[in-house]
Amino acid sequence: MQDLPTANEIISVVSEFLREQILPELEGRKKFHALVAANALDIVVRELDKAPTDNSAEHKRLTTLLGSDGTLEDLNKELSDALRSGRLTLETEGLKEHLWTTTLAKLSVDQPKYSAFKKAQQEGRT
Amino acid sequence: MSELEKALHEIAIRHLGARKIEGLKRLSGGASQETWSFSVETDQGAERLILRRVPRGGGNSSGTAAGLETEAKLIQLAAAAHVPVPIVRYVACPEDGLGSCFIMSHIDGEALGAKIVRSHEFDEIRPALARQCGEALGRLHAIAPDKLPPLRHSPAAEELKHYESVYDAHGHPHPVFDLAFRWLEDHLPTTERLKLVHGDFRNGNIMFDPTFGVAAVLDWELAHTGDPMEDLGWICVNSWRFGSIDKPVGGFGRREDMFAGYEAVSGIKVDPERVKFWEVLGTLKWGIMCTTMYEAFKSGMDRSVERAAIGRRSSETEIDLLYLIAAD
Repeated sequence: MQDLPTANEIISVVSEFLREQILPELEGRKKFHALVAANALDIVVRELDKAPTDNSAEHKRLTTLLGSDGTLEDLNKELSDALRSGRLTLETEGLKEHLWTTTLAKLSVDQPKYSAFKKAQQEGRT
Repeated sequence: MSELEKALHEIAIRHLGARKIEGLKRLSGGASQETWSFSVETDQGAERLILRRVPRGGGNSSGTAAGLETEAKLIQLAAAAHVPVPIVRYVACPEDGLGSCFIMSHIDGEALGAKIVRSHEFDEIRPALARQCGEALGRLHAIAPDKLPPLRHSPAAEELKHYESVYDAHGHPHPVFDLAFRWLEDHLPTTERLKLVHGDFRNGNIMFDPTFGVAAVLDWELAHTGDPMEDLGWICVNSWRFGSIDKPVGGFGRREDMFAGYEAVSGIKVDPERVKFWEVLGTLKWGIMCTTMYEAFKSGMDRSVERAAIGRRSSETEIDLLYLIAAD
């Protein structure tokens, strides 16, 4: 067990530092890249918060859908193959719900401000 | 004076009736293509110009770009077909020592997608833009195929196969992409009317004027022959609606208006299902391009934060795909 601050706290404060103290000093391309950098750190902060719960729920859904077990990556590869070959389809019980839930979980980490994600929230899909 | 400036100066005197060039400035471009702005002074006054250039030794790495001579030829054909485009002023030959390049007129207006969608300057003209885009495409697709320079031919099945192989090489699973590939295979359009396709007709590549609308269709480097409905689908991809998700055409307009403009000019009835096929494929394409840009970071070719972070934007296209093919 590491001591405090937590990884999340460290990344949060670096992002804050970039936004509040570095960004105002920069211009042009450098300013743009610093903003991209701060946004990238914020992705990590959200991922550290959400991934453990989201990933274990995703794993559980996948084992049920596929009837097999393995790492999250193995299972996603298996799902990919099954969807491409048509072995599993949108008609498959629980499949559509799984894809929506998984995609929304990814967006909530990657790009929670994305228009389609906000629309899904408004529609109560999350 | 830089070598580029010297060579341009020569060209301006010999071919553009200018006395001198001024204000040469690099606008944008990656490693393979450059865009410069400059102005010339002639007896008729000052004129602002744009230089498009692939430096010697530079070239297109993606295998999809048409080449600058081809691009210039297409812009000239488009102008003759009354598509709003810049005027091509000079196409360089090897003796000019500039690599592959051409010079065209500077067009005033706004090409930044977010500004077209949000700036109050465009409030009045905005409702007219989708129809105008349809009209421009109707004219562009009417260019007789036998007049075209040699172009990559990429009908639906070819496009699909290409992106499938890029995705497979990436190796990381995106189940929603596989769902989309399957959907596209099941909805593949049958017969194709072979036409010139702009290939990158979207909000961001069109110069708009706040008073009269479409001022010029830009960025012809991805032009090819294929299904003309590809262009109508591509401009509807949510990735270039700049947050304005309820206005499918570029974040500024309605599909019906674009289709009406297209039909009025071309006399060809638009099949919305066929356009949807291309919107789905376009969305998937952009998602796969995001993973390709991440690959450029991973390989060490481009170690910028931007290249790395863009990999995390492929999930945006996944939710867009779900809305398109699995919404209900």
